[in-house]
Amino acid sequence: MTTKKTLVVIGNGMVGQSFLASLVASPLKDEYTIVTFCEEPRAAYDRVHLSEFFSGKTAEDLSMVEPGFFEQHGITIHIGDKAATIDRQAKTLVSEKGVSIAYDKLVFATGSYPFVPPVPGHDRPQCLVYRTIEDLEAMAAAAKTGKIGTVIGGGLLGLEAAKALKDLGLTTHVVQFAPRLMEMQMDDAGGAMLRRKIEELGITVHTGKNTIDISDGVDCINKLVFADGDELETDLVLFSAGIRPRDELARDCALKVGARGGIVIDNQCKTSDPDIYAIGECALWNDKIFGLVAPGYAMARTVVADLAGEAASFTGADMSTKLKLMGVDVASIGDVHAKSQGALVYSYQNGDNGIYKRLVVSQDKKQLLGAVLVGDNSGYGTLLQYCLNGIELPENPDALILPHRSDESVGLGVDALPASAQICSCYDVTKGAICSAIEAGCTSIGALKSETKAATGCGGCSALLKSVMDCELARQGFEVNTDLCEHFAYTRQDLYNLMLVGEIKTFADFLAKHGKGHGCEICKPTIGNILASYWNEHILEPSHLGLQDTNDTFLANMQKDGTYSVVPRITGGEISPDMLIALGQVGKKYKLYTKITGGQRVDLFGARVDQLPHIWKELIDAGFESGHAYGKSLRTVKSCVGSTWCRYGVDDSVGLAIELENRYKGLRSPHKIKFAVSGCTRECAEAQGKDVGIIATENGWNLYVCGNGGMKPRHADLFATGLDKDTLIKYIDRFLSFYVRTAGRLQRTSVWMENMEGGLDYLKSVVIHDKLGLCEQLEQQMQHVIDTYQCEWKTTIEDESKLKRFRHFINSDQQDDNVVFVEERGQIRPADDNERKHFKLLEVA
Amino acid sequence: MIWQDVCGVDDLQPNSGVCALVDQQQVAIFYLPANNQCYAINNFDPFGHANVLSRGLIGDINGQPVVASPLYKQHFNLQTGVCLEDETVKIPVYGIRINNNRVEVNVQESGNEL
Repeated sequence: MTTKKTLVVIGNGMVGQSFLASLVASPLKDEYTIVTFCEEPRAAYDRVHLSEFFSGKTAEDLSMVEPGFFEQHGITIHIGDKAATIDRQAKTLVSEKGVSIAYDKLVFATGSYPFVPPVPGHDRPQCLVYRTIEDLEAMAAAAKTGKIGTVIGGGLLGLEAAKALKDLGLTTHVVQFAPRLMEMQMDDAGGAMLRRKIEELGITVHTGKNTIDISDGVDCINKLVFADGDELETDLVLFSAGIRPRDELARDCALKVGARGGIVIDNQCKTSDPDIYAIGECALWNDKIFGLVAPGYAMARTVVADLAGEAASFTGADMSTKLKLMGVDVASIGDVHAKSQGALVYSYQNGDNGIYKRLVVSQDKKQLLGAVLVGDNSGYGTLLQYCLNGIELPENPDALILPHRSDESVGLGVDALPASAQICSCYDVTKGAICSAIEAGCTSIGALKSETKAATGCGGCSALLKSVMDCELARQGFEVNTDLCEHFAYTRQDLYNLMLVGEIKTFADFLAKHGKGHGCEICKPTIGNILASYWNEHILEPSHLGLQDTNDTFLANMQKDGTYSVVPRITGGEISPDMLIALGQVGKKYKLYTKITGGQRVDLFGARVDQLPHIWKELIDAGFESGHAYGKSLRTVKSCVGSTWCRYGVDDSVGLAIELENRYKGLRSPHKIKFAVSGCTRECAEAQGKDVGIIATENGWNLYVCGNGGMKPRHADLFATGLDKDTLIKYIDRFLSFYVRTAGRLQRTSVWMENMEGGLDYLKSVVIHDKLGLCEQLEQQMQHVIDTYQCEWKTTIEDESKLKRFRHFINSDQQDDNVVFVEERGQIRPADDNERKHFKLLEVA
Repeated sequence: MIWQDVCGVDDLQPNSGVCALVDQQQVAIFYLPANNQCYAINNFDPFGHANVLSRGLIGDINGQPVVASPLYKQHFNLQTGVCLEDETVKIPVYGIRINNNRVEVNVQESGNEL
């Protein structure tokens, strides 16, 4: 019998969690009993996107831990407990709460803490830091009573924190000791441009200010006093003056630490004790602390490899960064300050558009050493590849930053990148790995993302990923045939545009103008759907009838035996007892099997085609209308009971759900669409699993988009927060119309968005900021569909000519003798083949 | 009597199908008014085990007229009854003609000469 060794990880932050994930994905998981300590009251969460906590994300949204992760992998996590003492001779560890463990291997992932300068008054009320969710909660509480907030520190984190203060509704100041913002990543001109852009957002920036004292204010709680004698009144003070490694425990057990802190590690991330590793912000490698997650992740992978006995080294990390600070593009690469011997500098400045770009190039003009970008990050991917892979620069390097007026492309051909080039730095995905995945059949961005994880971290490399994919598909000789079918050499999007331009209203017209042959079961329903989504004519009109897919043809859902199920609309899932009784009476009269659906309505099964009009006549007389369960269209708007009844409800979710369902019912779309509205963040309506999800908050409605359940569930993305109802509806109108216009055939909103270049940000720019100037059209398009709504069943039963089809035989009133039911649990179900044989024998006898 | 009167041409669904009962056999009849063409095949879907083919979408694949099963979307050639996805499966095909605006079906004769 082999006994397992014990591995203890101290700290469950982003890097600690990344280490655990890598560890359990390796064969090592069977060798070790894994224990981890997490000092904070919750397991690892995304600190990089911390400020989104104030734009609507919850602690759960920010979690980095898959549900059930620890249980599934047999990891013991001590939440709210921290390692207190380590005895390296005995190889034991005791926690603050008294947990005692003997370890074989130990990993420090203790991270860092925010540095608070020892200014007199730094511990006064409302003087806070910005690192944990608890810090954010303290900020939110402080913001309720204050009006002015000041961040001390104008680096990357400081500006993030300023955004958080702004989001909390405070008048915001940034106080920077250095003469410019982000002094590490920016040169003077870049810093000045960044300052201008930040100030345009209403944030006051003070540079070159040394805070020497904090004391009582007159109008505010606090007053900052600067070395030059100036003063600034502020309620909230937020220190963001850098980080310091959490190395106190390492010091206590006499591990080697750096002169200015940090646990000293070698290239294998081993500390001065060969059984102890350190990774992330607590580790000091080559006298450097890395305050970004990507190097921490790289260290985590190195330790896993080293434990497995593989040769692996941490060789430092590129500290280039690209980010959007309060909507402002900022990026820096390599040697931004041109400190390299003989370095040459090129720069471009456009005061009108607020763009600044700087290149630092080697003396021979062959290598890119560094770059700064403000206001336009589009060249980042290309520049980073030049820099990291030592690719020779074009003859005029400034062409890389000068605006090009024509279609000429000066971007780096991804062809030129070596297979080892890192495309995604968050997950260390190389061009080679991406190409292998493409070869193995991942031919869409969505497939590549789920296979390689590339572009699923910060998302900064998505445009580059797309170029690599396009280029590689072409190189591998993939002919990507996007034709809908043999009759139409177009995509669904092309056909939609052709319909708009040519005002085409029938399939026959489409075929004559743009197709060939007679059509098939691919192009007919697709075009039927496009026509219905725009012109919104009845789908059983003679010119459209032959286009409809199985279920649409008879406005019901065909089941395995050729009978149908019927689903009346129950808006928002709200139904009166009388309506429920009416529904039950119809089910009873026609002996239908009844079941509650996942969309809060009732499905009635086993209706023969000739019964459908009779059933619907009775349903319509009772006040029901078509539920469109048969169509690629809006299905349901699910809701929780909301503030009307619920003790926790914040707003009337049922009322909103009904209004939305009535607004969008009947809308035909590339695939089915589901909505949900929750009355509070407990989220009982499961809105984040829907194409459109809405959650009530005290500040208004939060809108989530592009989620779905089904075969491949996807959590919806937060799209906008704190909306009033009119704005909410406006965004949904635009979102849905844009989806209907531009999605592929049978493409759900999630895949549509994932394959969209620019993804969620692009979608926001179109829907919220009207980047394409289309919003008015999109709203009109939706208004037309709303204005022309009809209950398809009501129109059908009122039209004799449409009813003729609803019989099994055109020349007889007999029934289909192949439809046979048996009873189960007090209701009908289709007989199976054996039962059917038996039944026929009985009948013959 | 081999050719049996089924219904009027007006009773057919243009570019779609209906089902007729002929000699206790279920016959799916498809009508393409553009070239005044009719097809008649058995209505039973041999994959889904249900009488539903008359409710399938019609079209052409590589020049062959076909119906796609509404259940699992296999294609059947309307002239030969052969399944395009599995050529070992063939469903019965019947004679059909239009006579004085009446539709006539011959369930004893396969093939459809118009």
